[in-house]
Amino acid sequence: MTTQTLTLAKSLGAGLRRAMTDDPTVMVLGEDIGRLGGVYRVTDGLQAEFGSRRVVDTPLAESGILGTAVGLAYRGYRPVVEIQFDGFVYVAFDQIVSQLAKMHARTLGKVRLPVTIRIPVAGGIGAAEHHSESPEAYFVHTAGLRVVSVSNPQDASTVLRQAIACDDPVVFFEPKRLYHVKGEVDADLPLDDAPPMGTARVVRPGDDVTLVTFGSHVATALDAATAASDEGVSVEVIDLRSLSPIDHDTIAASVRRTGRLVVLHEGPRQAGVGAEIAASVTERCFDFLEAPPVRVTGYDIPYPPAKLEGNQVPDLDRVLVGIDRALGRVPASGAGVEVGA
Amino acid sequence: MPSTMGSTSRDDLSRAGGARAETASGTTDETYADGTARLLDEKGVRHPDPALDRWLTDVDAGTDEARAALLALYEDMVVARRIDAEATALQRQGELALWPPLQGQEAAQVGSATALRADDFVFSSYREHAVARKRGVTPVDLLRVWRGITASGWDPYAVNMATPQVIIGAQALHGVGYALGIQADAERGVVEAGDDGTAAVVAYVGDGAMSQGDVNEAFVFAATWQVPLVLFCQNNQWAISEPVTLQSPVPLVQRASGFGVPGVRVDGNDVLAVLAVTREALHRARTGGGPTFVEAVTYRMGPHTTADDPTRYRDASELDAWAERDPVARLAAYLRAGGLLADDDEARVRAVADAVAAEMRAGVVALEDPPPLSVFDHVYAEPHPTVAAERAEHAAYLAGFADTDDDITTGDDAAQGADR
Repeated sequence: MTTQTLTLAKSLGAGLRRAMTDDPTVMVLGEDIGRLGGVYRVTDGLQAEFGSRRVVDTPLAESGILGTAVGLAYRGYRPVVEIQFDGFVYVAFDQIVSQLAKMHARTLGKVRLPVTIRIPVAGGIGAAEHHSESPEAYFVHTAGLRVVSVSNPQDASTVLRQAIACDDPVVFFEPKRLYHVKGEVDADLPLDDAPPMGTARVVRPGDDVTLVTFGSHVATALDAATAASDEGVSVEVIDLRSLSPIDHDTIAASVRRTGRLVVLHEGPRQAGVGAEIAASVTERCFDFLEAPPVRVTGYDIPYPPAKLEGNQVPDLDRVLVGIDRALGRVPASGAGVEVGA
Repeated sequence: MPSTMGSTSRDDLSRAGGARAETASGTTDETYADGTARLLDEKGVRHPDPALDRWLTDVDAGTDEARAALLALYEDMVVARRIDAEATALQRQGELALWPPLQGQEAAQVGSATALRADDFVFSSYREHAVARKRGVTPVDLLRVWRGITASGWDPYAVNMATPQVIIGAQALHGVGYALGIQADAERGVVEAGDDGTAAVVAYVGDGAMSQGDVNEAFVFAATWQVPLVLFCQNNQWAISEPVTLQSPVPLVQRASGFGVPGVRVDGNDVLAVLAVTREALHRARTGGGPTFVEAVTYRMGPHTTADDPTRYRDASELDAWAERDPVARLAAYLRAGGLLADDDEARVRAVADAVAAEMRAGVVALEDPPPLSVFDHVYAEPHPTVAAERAEHAAYLAGFADTDDDITTGDDAAQGADR
């Protein structure tokens, strides 16, 4: 095993390069991904290495990109699609939820569409409108899709390769805030040696509160766990990694020990991933819960302008307030006191 | 061949084979505007057109084989209409949940589908029953989905035709992607080209779909990559209750030139012209000439579906006028005038059609509902714990009724929500 220090963006590129080398049917499609290497440079150098037939700059039409990917997969290819920014995926919604997601079931298993949709996701980077969305819940709600979100450079490479190798369509979220975060990466890690794509991971063990999150907020959660430990509170942090399917077993096993749950994400609260986890934990672990599950999330508002986005994106203090609430130290949300208010 | 291309492009099209006068601009009221490709007039009289005739040497040869080919076209059209009538009856009798009739569009569908090679691939809407039969879909398989017992009735790879698409126009992009895959296969050398070049794709859309973003994006992508695609529009004049004039103030074929795609307008009720035009378009696609748009001008003689009532939005006189242009009667008139369709030929074709309909009816009414738990099959190709858990939950729920219903079967147990 050889590792190298890579940013998350470079690790994604290494994963793509590995997948394209291993499988000649892997093609990459998107806007500005060729000579430019993508607006975040994830595909930097790939077109020079693999040619414009396999690294394809597309016209500016996201539904067209997804529909083309469906047809390519129908023909036996494994397209990896780059959606330039999270807010641009909505115009491809029908091709994703009505075509890509349902084709395997529609054809009674005859047609497999192993399409990977890479989406730079979420805010906190001072971006313009439609560049800071957290649209994961739409896709989690759609049967036939798998949804993952990575939190570190090693997962960026390996989970992307797993997604490409998977015979189901996968929506692959890349937190923009993490693109330049560095870590040790084994870009050639055998996929059999990596945790399965659908599994969560306990990234910090703890005894008092279970804190479940994904993507860039794994870092926020770890910071919160460190801060809480100064006050003698032991927080177990779980990196969800997969949003569909959700690894309910790992979450439930933790909550049965801690008796307290905080779910943290940036996307809106209503019918979000946190709602699903809170409901599931309540169903599975009701007798073990010492307090109601707590959601620390973005609010149910349009993503704010850059100067105001700190009001939407949960930060360390909001997570700590959430932990306090799970510990019964501040009133529950239902009592009229909002987290972070 | 009629074209809406500008002068430079018209020259290109001419080199590709057979440009004729530019389609007259005007309203779609000019149903058969000058420049519409046509070989059989409404009385079934054959008019020569060297640009088109050169694609029909097999049916024009005057040999026994040519006569057989013409009779095969006729039989396919008669059988398609008979299947359509039987399916409508089956819906009225409660054996089908719904049926979208094709009556009036037999020539557009049989003509274009006859031009296809086995290794070509078709993406269609939900009304291309004659195309599907021509690809090898059995009539019973054609009706499965309309009985409401399955999401689709056939294996796309067994007949090289995707299952019907209900979202209007979405399949046009799938055709682009598949055609891009054919291009990539050719460059990688993994698929042998046929005598006439590579395989090609035909994507069928309707006049209503011409307003959809996906269809317009398909034009853009197909033109950019010059993929081997024929975008075949059956302009049957109506999108449920909306006339084609609501979709476009100009003939639909004129859309193509703005995308840089050769456009051809053909009398969609003339099976010979449709066959010739589609063959030329496919030849262009196979030999690196890129996509072609075909507007086949036809008419939906029946309702949009069996749930529709066209008397609410169109006059009977319109149907009468189009009945004069009936594609089946037109080919029959041509064949009879040439001594190619004797009374016993006609009787034989009718008998074939009746037999197909009878066999289809017997097969359809015998179709049983799938087991309840099959709804969890094939959601994912690989194991998925959420679907597996919900499957188990529903199985347990159903088992609670075991005393009163001992016919609860479990679907594909091995699948558990996935194939493996």
